[in-house]
Amino acid sequence: MDIISKGKGELFSPVEPFAFRESRKNFNRGQRNKISTVSEAVEKYVKNGSYLASGGFGTNRIATALLHEVVRTRKKNLAFAGHTTTHDYEILVAGGCIDRVDAAYIVGLEARGLSTCARKAHQNGEIQVTEWSNAALAWRLAAGARCIPFMPVYVLAGTDTFEYSAAIQTECPFTKTKVTLVPALNPDVALIHVHRADEMGNCEIEGITVADQDLAAASKVTIITCEEIVPTDYFRDNPSRTSIPWINVDAVIEVKNGAYPANMAGLYFSDEAHLAEWLNAEKTPESLQELLDKYIYDCKDFNEYFEKCGGQKRIMELYEEEHE
Amino acid sequence: MNDYNPMELMLISAARELKDNSVIIVGTGAPCAAAMLAQQTHAPNMTILFEAGGIGPELKKMPISVGDSRTFHRGLFATSMDNIMAMLQRGEVDTAFIGGAQIDMYGNINSTMIGKDHARPKVRFPGSGGANDLASLCWKSICMTVHNNKRFVEKIDFLTTPGHLGGPVAREKAGLPPGCGPSKGVTNLCVMGFHPESKRMMVETIHPGVTREDIQENTGFELLWSDDLTETKVPYKEELEILRKKVDPEKLIIGRPIT
Repeated sequence: MDIISKGKGELFSPVEPFAFRESRKNFNRGQRNKISTVSEAVEKYVKNGSYLASGGFGTNRIATALLHEVVRTRKKNLAFAGHTTTHDYEILVAGGCIDRVDAAYIVGLEARGLSTCARKAHQNGEIQVTEWSNAALAWRLAAGARCIPFMPVYVLAGTDTFEYSAAIQTECPFTKTKVTLVPALNPDVALIHVHRADEMGNCEIEGITVADQDLAAASKVTIITCEEIVPTDYFRDNPSRTSIPWINVDAVIEVKNGAYPANMAGLYFSDEAHLAEWLNAEKTPESLQELLDKYIYDCKDFNEYFEKCGGQKRIMELYEEEHE
Repeated sequence: MNDYNPMELMLISAARELKDNSVIIVGTGAPCAAAMLAQQTHAPNMTILFEAGGIGPELKKMPISVGDSRTFHRGLFATSMDNIMAMLQRGEVDTAFIGGAQIDMYGNINSTMIGKDHARPKVRFPGSGGANDLASLCWKSICMTVHNNKRFVEKIDFLTTPGHLGGPVAREKAGLPPGCGPSKGVTNLCVMGFHPESKRMMVETIHPGVTREDIQENTGFELLWSDDLTETKVPYKEELEILRKKVDPEKLIIGRPIT
């Protein structure tokens, strides 16, 4: 297949399907207990320079406890998969953790506005960007999860988004027309929050799954936080509950209300007042530092942050909002 | 005559472009309001998709994120982004709503950056999100936006999302699926389509009280004018009532000034 054109963006993760197979061969696939803690799992798996990906959808079902821990332990030079990443990206950029990003949607919080801090980091050239679209990143993870080198797709063509991506356009050997190839993405570490999990890592997600099933399968390491640890019989009683199977999970941690301030389907709506407080605090470096100290650096863990934000009382209000 | 504001006319004009029994994909804010209005007036069997995975929700309250639980509340399917994008790629989605910071005469859109240096942009915006996908794959797309010459420009700084690219058959030549592309631009001044041959933006209806000069002055490139140029139909009483009482009772969108 001849290359017709090639995006000039850098490929931040190598395309190595056979190496990925080899790593899965060596992974302990036994039905074993993977219960861990937030600090232990981040310490063990997230290294300076790691390629990180965040599950959920920005302000929905994100693994806030893990994201805060990455900032608290001052991880540096991380690469990041930015397919509609909003509050998760805001947290990591504020913590100075990211220096390169595969971007589909970054620096914004959808209808809420734009992150001053993340925009500045980009405008100052502090973060290297390779451009993609949401479908392109979802399909890069799909290729990664299937252990194939790329996915042929009909998006990106003809645009600057393609020019600044690391996609390749070629002639399809079957149709003899142009097709765009997006490279497989196999992140080093995925951080995913779910509704329920058992101790070996079977997970149930209620509502939309976004890209998390492919993300868990494509990643070299998957760390799960969950609202609730349940007995394995919960899945055995009805195996269609399993959204992510144990074999794609490395560590499981119970963090109740762990997506806060994001929306957790059926349990609590997003805390819009708190998200607005973040956006506001970003307006000056001083107020951002104060916010980071208060909510992350001065907290020993997620629970301390959660209590500062109103704890159970606030969650009850957000439960009401979720069920309005 | 019913009293209405420019935002209400824009939403109502956009809603009228949506067909019953069609499948559409929207973002939050104004596009979602237009879709909800269409569903509660002339298009009860239209299906609304959200790119994060929500399909066919009963939209009681407007979502804040295209992935929040309102996007699949009493929905028909809560699925993955892969499945939504695959529906688009299979040709099962009729219309998308697209927005951005800049748009050119072929309906190409920039939502990535202002400036010349990609590594150090003057202003960084979110990027494509799902916009490139929606505009590449949906049969039609509608851009609903405020009309001024900062938005409607001769040359966009970054082509994030494909309109008709450089003109006729440019999309097909670039390798995009045939037979689709931007169909309408709905603004606070007029409703525009694209000339069937040149694929350039063409004014079709002018909102009441607006002149051709107003529109051209607020556009950074030369517009085409339809031979059947008419005045935009004013909102019906029923449309305004549903928009105000059921779709946006908190006036989150219809109370917003046009800037």
